[in-house]
Formats: sequence, structure tokens, C-alpha cells
Amino acid sequence: MTNNNTIPAGQTAFVEIANVTKTYQNRRALSALNLTLEPGHIVGLLGPNGSGKTTLMKILTGVLKDYTGSVTINGQSIGPDTKALVSYLPDVSYFSAWMRPVDVISLFKDFYADFDEQKCLEMVKRLGLDEKQRIKTMSKGTVEKFQLCLVMSRNALLYVLDEPIGGVDPAARDYILSTILSNYNEAGTIFISTHLISDVEKIFDTVVFLKEGEVVLHGEIDEIRQREGKSIDELFREVFKC
Amino acid sequence: MPNEYASGTPIYLQLVNQFKHRIISGQWPAGAKLDSVRDLAMSFEVNPNTMQRALSELERDHLVYAERTTGRFITQDKELIVKMREEVAQEIIETFINQMQSIGFSGEEAAELIQKKAKERSAESHDKQ
Repeated sequence: MTNNNTIPAGQTAFVEIANVTKTYQNRRALSALNLTLEPGHIVGLLGPNGSGKTTLMKILTGVLKDYTGSVTINGQSIGPDTKALVSYLPDVSYFSAWMRPVDVISLFKDFYADFDEQKCLEMVKRLGLDEKQRIKTMSKGTVEKFQLCLVMSRNALLYVLDEPIGGVDPAARDYILSTILSNYNEAGTIFISTHLISDVEKIFDTVVFLKEGEVVLHGEIDEIRQREGKSIDELFREVFKC
Repeated sequence: MPNEYASGTPIYLQLVNQFKHRIISGQWPAGAKLDSVRDLAMSFEVNPNTMQRALSELERDHLVYAERTTGRFITQDKELIVKMREEVAQEIIETFINQMQSIGFSGEEAAELIQKKAKERSAESHDKQ
């Protein structure tokens, strides 16, 4: 069967990470990492704690700049132009103490041309968040839900989601997964790191296993399931057995 | 509405089997229009590429056909659906007999037990009415 999503020869793949190494003091987080992400896919980035997932995501989104190697998105090096294409859900909260959802929404509206305020307000309502509540007083899961509303309300080409459902309840999880699916488009890529593999693997088509800063597996999930006779979750437990 | 997928086999094959079941049970009648790939992916909570692959598989088996501008439809070929229904029934029977044999029943004994059960069931449903 032919794969409709293969990029024609000679064209640059959407995300290209070539020979990237990142060291924190004397600890190596990414080690000569190569990875190409093609448009039209939802890609799971999986690996144990400390395998380099967040580091890789921070490099893609321009948060970390001191690395060696090359990273391009749509052929452009990471910078203001690529940042405009990328919607990033970081692993930590970045809100100031005084902020309420309404304040952040208005900031996002000013800051990002591709921000869909209406969509964000709908999601906030659907998840039962209070847009006037100070974020500081919200529970961890509630803050995460709100951050995801913001991030998924941008019409970006690349979504980089670092542990999007870690702290949210299972009911909200289903809604969040369907929101992620609804943002899928053929030109874009959704790159998601998670430890809750069994909950999320059905929405991936591709997974990347990261181990000690290197890619140890990169493939289509149904090929892997066929070959291994296991779910991605089971394979992960086997590969990274402690 | 959570959609559960078994762990050992590809998700697209599980979708193909679910869709076949819908077609032969009449839940998706012959000639009916299918939702878009995107909508189907949303309602089955799977990746759109996985859904695409499942539908391509059904197209290859002629159970679904695509029309350039209007979308995808269930086949109009009722004979094909009847044939597939019989095939699936055969598979179920095979599995049943294998399981019965694995616990020491002969094929005939298994058939007797089925008949007995079927009678009980129809009697029960009479009682309810």
C-alpha cells in the first residue's frame, strides 16, 4: 500500500534534527541525535525520565539555544520565524501570580496572529474552568487544562506538547485527546511526549523512543504492533525495564 | 465514549473488523454514505492516518467505494455483504468448535449443546412477551 504522506523527493521534510548534542554541565542530555518529522502525523515522543524528551522539545521551540548540530522547521533555522509556526505546551507553568484566564487569553490574542479566541473560550467553558479565577489558586490539573486550551487554540503548523495530560483527570483526558485529534491537519505535525502511553497511543501514527539522549526506535505504530505483537505501552515496558 | 483497542494487533485491523461487523449487521446499510476520515477518526478516537488505512483496506475488499467529489459509501453489492456475513459466521463457528474441542467435547456434542441453548433462549423470550 502506498503512503500518502511521504514527502516528494527533493523537498525538505518538515522538521529536521541533525546531529544534535546538548550537554548540561558535564551531563549529556542529547547525543548526536538525528530525527526527521514529516507533516501530517501525530508523533509520540516516549522515553523514561531523563532520556532527553523535554530537552529536545525545548530545542525545537527555541527555548534552548546552546546545543551543537542543526535543527530546521520547514527549512528554516530555529528563530522568530519558526516560533510563529510552533505552538508549545511546556512542562511547567509560565503564568504570573496576578493572572486570570481572561488576562492570558487577551495576551495570547495580542501575541499570536493565529490564536483563535473563540475556540479557546469554548474549550475553557467545556472543561468547566472559571475564566475569572486567579490561576495561582487553581489546582495543578486545572492549570494544565487551561494551558492546553491556550496551546490548542492556535492554528499552528507544529504543536509541541510536553506531557499534555499528565495531571488531568480521565474524563478531561478524553476531551483533550479529541481536541488534539481535531487539530490534526495534513500540513502540520503534532509532537507529544507522554508517560501515559496506553491512554494516548491510539491517536499516534508514529512513535519515537528516546533512550539516554538517542533515538532507539522510530516507526509507525501499526507496523510495530504487527511486528512485535504488542502494544506500544507493552513494548516500552520491555525496552526500558528497570 | 471510550474506544478500547486490543494490545496485540494493529489498530487499523481492529477498525476494519469493527466496520465489517457494522456492515454485515446492517448498522451501516448498503449504499450508506460514510462520514469523513476526520470525523470517523474523531469518533473512533484514532489517528486520521490509521483511519485512512482502515478505509483503504475496506476499499480494496470492495466493501467501501469512494466517489471523487461526494465521499465514501458502503458497497451497493448486497450479495457481497451476504457472502461476508457467511464468512464471519463460519469464523465464529470455527472458533467455537475449537474451544469446545479444547475442553473435550466432540463437534456433535457441541452442536447438541448449542441447539439446547437456542431452545432455552427462545423459550425465555416467549416467557418475557
